[in-house]
Amino acid sequence: MLNEDLKLKLTGILPLISFEEGGEWLNVIVPSEELKSFVLRLRSGPDLMMDYLFCLTCVDWKTHFTIVYHFSSTRYRHNIVVKAKIDRTNPEIETVSDIWRTAEMLEREVYDLFGVKFLHHPDLRRLIMPDDWEGWPLRKDFEDPVNMIRL
Amino acid sequence: MGVIEKMDKADFPGKIHETAGGGIVLSKLDDVINWARSNSLWPLTFATSCCGIEMMSVASAKYDFSRFGFEVARATPRQADVIIIAGTIVNKMAPVLRRLYDQMADPKYVIAMGACAISGGPFFYNTYSVVKGADHVIPVDVYIPGCPPRPEALLHALITLQGKIKAGLTREQIKESSYLNP
Repeated sequence: MLNEDLKLKLTGILPLISFEEGGEWLNVIVPSEELKSFVLRLRSGPDLMMDYLFCLTCVDWKTHFTIVYHFSSTRYRHNIVVKAKIDRTNPEIETVSDIWRTAEMLEREVYDLFGVKFLHHPDLRRLIMPDDWEGWPLRKDFEDPVNMIRL
Repeated sequence: MGVIEKMDKADFPGKIHETAGGGIVLSKLDDVINWARSNSLWPLTFATSCCGIEMMSVASAKYDFSRFGFEVARATPRQADVIIIAGTIVNKMAPVLRRLYDQMADPKYVIAMGACAISGGPFFYNTYSVVKGADHVIPVDVYIPGCPPRPEALLHALITLQGKIKAGLTREQIKESSYLNP
């Protein structure tokens, strides 16, 4: 499906969404409370079949976080990027690990480095950093006086 | 019956007295040991990032460090003589590197290959996770700058290490006699 067709279809599913232009892939901005039902529709609808979550990351904009999901359909070969803005002081978002199992690890990584709480995640622990590590190292305001100099 | 100070082919340390049926070799045992040792250094197959690709290139046909006696790359530190730190050492890797070094049998040598192994790297120095130079973890004999160093630079470092071993001095003796402490 072409990006223009995807755009029409997605607007039909949830009129609240907005789009970002300019990239190769269609960028969809979804309100974070609508995200779970929206991506469930992407996965289960026979017209979209987004069965592959190939990237899940977080961006720190200093004023807020954006959680970025990259989806692909192995049947139709179309890709979309879903972005959800969340609060930075109390970062919480519903897990998608019950839809895509791979999100279990990806969400643990985001939790490890940004401290985003994924609600109803089965096993939200640190993944890469040591278990006794304190702080969220990829946040823009992270400070480590031993290893880092302030720029 | 002449005395040849240096053979034309090899840089054998000592004197060779040529006789009709062969020859007599005079040398110090330490020199012979160092000479033999420096021409058969077994590197550990250890690489933590992109410098490792360059190291593999030096090991393979085009640059071929077996010409200098480095061909027997070992996957166990217990059989290796030299560890080439090819890549970034992160805080989680540091204890592993230390253990690898401790498991190597004496005499053992260390080459720090590339900017990451020397100082933490051109990109990764200002992070929570990177060791700012592998010499914080284990002592280093030869440093090669570069990101990554050219294969020729690694060969040069290997030959420099051989020269260091042939000189017969320990790391500490070389440091004491260096130009910094005349």
